[in-house]
Amino acid sequence: MLRPYHEVLMRSKLDSLLPYSLLAPTLLFVTLLIVVPIFQAFLLAFQSADGSFTLANFQKMANDTSFGDALKFTFLLLIFIVPLQVVLALVMALLIHTRFKGHTFFLYIYAIPLAISDLAAGIAWLSIFTERGYLNSILNQLGILEKPFLFLSYQNLPAMFGTIVVAESWRATAIVMTILLAGLQVIPRDYFEAADVFGANTLKRTLFVVLPLLRPSLQNALIIRTIFAFQTFSVVFALAGRVVPVMAGESYNWYVTNRNPGIAAAYAVLILMFTVLATWFYFRFLQTSAAEAGYD
Amino acid sequence: MQSSYSRRYILGRVALYGSAILLALWTLAPLYLVALAAFSARQATFQWPKPLLPTDFSTDTMQFFVNTRGVIDSVRNSIIVALVTIAGSLVLGAPGGYALARFRFRGKEAISLGLLISKMFPTAILAIPLAVAFLQLDLYDTIWGVALVHIAMALPFVIIVTAGIFVGVPRDLEEAAQTLGCNRVQAFLRVVMPLALPGLVAAAIFTFVISWNEVFAATILTLRNRTLPAQVLTALNDSPLYYRYAGGFFMIVPALIFIFLIRKYLLNLWGNIAR
Repeated sequence: MLRPYHEVLMRSKLDSLLPYSLLAPTLLFVTLLIVVPIFQAFLLAFQSADGSFTLANFQKMANDTSFGDALKFTFLLLIFIVPLQVVLALVMALLIHTRFKGHTFFLYIYAIPLAISDLAAGIAWLSIFTERGYLNSILNQLGILEKPFLFLSYQNLPAMFGTIVVAESWRATAIVMTILLAGLQVIPRDYFEAADVFGANTLKRTLFVVLPLLRPSLQNALIIRTIFAFQTFSVVFALAGRVVPVMAGESYNWYVTNRNPGIAAAYAVLILMFTVLATWFYFRFLQTSAAEAGYD
Repeated sequence: MQSSYSRRYILGRVALYGSAILLALWTLAPLYLVALAAFSARQATFQWPKPLLPTDFSTDTMQFFVNTRGVIDSVRNSIIVALVTIAGSLVLGAPGGYALARFRFRGKEAISLGLLISKMFPTAILAIPLAVAFLQLDLYDTIWGVALVHIAMALPFVIIVTAGIFVGVPRDLEEAAQTLGCNRVQAFLRVVMPLALPGLVAAAIFTFVISWNEVFAATILTLRNRTLPAQVLTALNDSPLYYRYAGGFFMIVPALIFIFLIRKYLLNLWGNIAR
């Protein structure tokens, strides 16, 4: 059944509008729930009660005793967690990519934390690190400890910080692994010897052939994990409460506990600023193009 | 020669499986232990040292958690929010994904880039102004408000994932259906949809996980009508340890099921989305 010519012509005109109308609902929704709120966040942060421009919220934010610590701990967590995740994830991805017998089974296991929230991850590790928790129990049964060691006490701040690093690395390594594994699969298989990863030759091949080819994926993993590291929040709450303040947690506290949307928004603007700066930094100095980071 | 080669081979295998198993234990240990804690009696929280095997299995802690005021309601809220998020983000996002997959048009690059950027925004910068706005719109402290934010958070992912799915459905099939008398909508429903369905289901499950796990916005935007993570987070400071273990375990279980369900799509979903 052939269509009349004029109908085909009309269709092609309609067709040129079709993609826009298909995208319109999304664009409208994103505008209302992402673009507008961001403007409002800036207004909340920079506007005084009478509508004039003010930096009072930022001054109050910076004068708060937790501000310096929140900045410090957010960046310390970033510095410790991101490299740890990348290294662990790289080992996992390279192991899986050798396609040894049973590798899919291990892939599923390594991927489990993907679907676990940072809150749940924090609680899972709380059962391990708390005073009468499983780690102290194991150390006691091995005869290493007589009494429980207080991992989660403000008196042992480095230990407490360490527990957060462990919990968050445990959770987000899975995300990095899938990114790297997806990147590995794009590399032609000729580059790999399927067998042992552990011979010297294979190690060299990994370092000098695979890693350079994996660079786009590594960069993307770095960007994504850095951006989300600025938002680290509930894993810290679960393990350390407010003893270890972080930026997102302070934003939460200013809003929920102190009922001050202005300062909460100021923190949100600060987090956004760091997000933009980090993205710019990676794009500028690691020379990833937007197309590489996006979709092809 | 032969024997030294095979010895190296065996050593390599041992190292390979040894590391694979070690990493698996590292991944599974916290899950096992929090499950163990959640299925011990409440008094066992204070036992010292703790047994590492489920010697005194008990549903006491889980029963206490489920019967705590607000918990069942929050679970129901979480499920409703997640289902609304799935429906909303697929209905809004899938057509957009189809458009990006099938058409060339002006502004396509800009839209793609915009979507990419919009998934990088911190939750705080959306949740705090929206909480203020929702107060005026009577959406504050409702699960619909939370669902709206979750849809906004999930949309960029859903579009990117569905675009990937539709690219995988051969265009020839769609055109063949059209030359055989289907109109565009019929061709889509009868030919494209059945082929895209498994991927769309995986995308829906992925969206469920995003919503089920989201803590920050859900906590900021509600007061009494909490979702499960918001309920557990706000109770962290003044709840007993066993309540937290049970809550943690409760949040983890669906995650485990969903990973199992979409295991075939793992790399396509998380691996490629993040690229």
